[in-house]
Amino acid sequence: MGSLRLALADGAVIAKRNLIKVKRVPDVLVFTTLSPIMFVLLFAYVFGNSIDVPGVNYREFLIAGIFAQTVVFGATFTGAGLAEDIQKGIIDRFRSLPIAPSAVLVGRTTSDVLYNVISIAIMSITGLLVGWRIRGSVLEALAGFLLLLLFAYAFSWIMAWVGLLVPTPEVVNNASFMIIFPLTFIANTFVPSESLPTVLRTFAEWNPISAVTQAARDLFGNTNPADPPPDVWPLRNPELYTLIWVAIILAVFVPLANRQYRKATSR
Amino acid sequence: MPGGIRAEGLVKRYGEVTALDGLDLAVPEGTVLGLLGPNGAGKTTAVRIFTTLLEADEGTATVDGVDVASDPRRVRERIGLSGQNAAVDEYLTGFENLDMVGRLYHLGRARSRDRAHELLEGFRLSNAADRPVKTYSGGMRRRLDLAAALVAQPPILFLDEPTTGLDPRSRIDMWDIIRGLVQGGTTLLLTTQYLEEADRLADDIVVIDQGRAIAQGTADELKSQVGGERIELVVRRSEDLPLAQRVMTQNGCGDVEVDERTRTLVAPIAGGASTLRSLLDDVGRAGLGVLDVGLRRPTLDDVFLTLTGHAAGDDADDAAEEEIEREVA
Repeated sequence: MGSLRLALADGAVIAKRNLIKVKRVPDVLVFTTLSPIMFVLLFAYVFGNSIDVPGVNYREFLIAGIFAQTVVFGATFTGAGLAEDIQKGIIDRFRSLPIAPSAVLVGRTTSDVLYNVISIAIMSITGLLVGWRIRGSVLEALAGFLLLLLFAYAFSWIMAWVGLLVPTPEVVNNASFMIIFPLTFIANTFVPSESLPTVLRTFAEWNPISAVTQAARDLFGNTNPADPPPDVWPLRNPELYTLIWVAIILAVFVPLANRQYRKATSR
Repeated sequence: MPGGIRAEGLVKRYGEVTALDGLDLAVPEGTVLGLLGPNGAGKTTAVRIFTTLLEADEGTATVDGVDVASDPRRVRERIGLSGQNAAVDEYLTGFENLDMVGRLYHLGRARSRDRAHELLEGFRLSNAADRPVKTYSGGMRRRLDLAAALVAQPPILFLDEPTTGLDPRSRIDMWDIIRGLVQGGTTLLLTTQYLEEADRLADDIVVIDQGRAIAQGTADELKSQVGGERIELVVRRSEDLPLAQRVMTQNGCGDVEVDERTRTLVAPIAGGASTLRSLLDDVGRAGLGVLDVGLRRPTLDDVFLTLTGHAAGDDADDAAEEEIEREVA
């Protein structure tokens, strides 16, 4: 077998193991699906009436933002899962086996996409119930979902690196909370970035989360051509800007995570 | 290149702390070496270097003639590792765990499945094969972990404290299994803090303390290094301890160790049974109340105490090792 095929085959075995775990510990899945439902409902009904977005219904504006926030949070599973595997000595076992060094990380990041597919599906249904509509073509909508998943996949490599670096799964959860919350709020996810004070506005305009959100909104047809996004490059070219970030994140964190994996032992 | 397991001058430092300080050892093919030492002595660090999990700062280690630093992949094809904290996935069933490991050794789908069933049978886990490992007892997890190390029938096996934390019944079970393996010709490096375990399972024992081998030999050789037989005397009243000690010294006993709490005196004795008889006569004449008396061969505990000046189960080192590992992490 060629080494790439070997790596893929090993990665598939690891991914299968992670998927069995999803099945055996359904509480994780329940939590993954309930919290986005809660977010959709909270924002739609609690804040929805006090936030005004020019040119578009707030609930339509909101959904892409919640999708973006949720899939980025989904990346936390990758880090927490790896930290738990280290803690339990399972990484020791994997590292003592003659497998491709990248197999464990490839298998893990790939299988974790499933969490995001499921939570996007649930959120879409919830969104449709509260009045969200896809107004573009089916193909464009699919491209929107794919872009969200792709960005989340890249982000999960950051969390993989974090998960291999910190001592316990709890730290992964706390650390990601500290980073992901501000990152997903100082953006155009829940309010238009124009409404933010200057410094935050600049951050929000260049924040890749804003670009992902803007891209998804465009592709779902949830924007009004009469009210274009702010005139900054990332928000005028959100698809391309998102893809650039995906490439940068992967180029930096795939090697970093792999290097950290080769040093990881149980403690 | 000679086979088996070999280390020359292994050094591993964690910042200020030296975990291995020039460790040499050799396990000839088909033999069992017991690496014996307290927590923090460097046993786990040594195993991690041999099993490619950790890189040594200095020195060389070879496994089955393959250098671990330059060709870790080939080393991994030849070894099985079973660690102290049973590294099995608790959400998977016993079968799924072994099947997965088989696939990762690239045994192929059918062979992995057969091998998993074979091992579950051999380790008396067939009944629990389709239950998640979460529901297993500590002994069952340990057996499964050992089975996982054996999936690819590796010629070289590393067992890091295979019975730590097991109840006596499971420990004896584990010993039987390990003895069976060794009869099949597997080269085994076994770490343990149980002196009895090394005595029972290993051909050769290396005593390790603070990252260095401080003694090596068979159990018998190590025992004779500490001296021959010992006499153990337990007196009824602690007030009698000084008098009893004097009587023992007069009968040619060497260094008398006195344990006030258990009212026990232990000393090496030269003349065997005849010295014992004359000692007992003197004890009777002195009017000492004696609860128990006996001759015994030195245990490996005595060996350890003599060699290192501290008992094998010294827990002060325990916290130290955990501290080191955390810092490294």
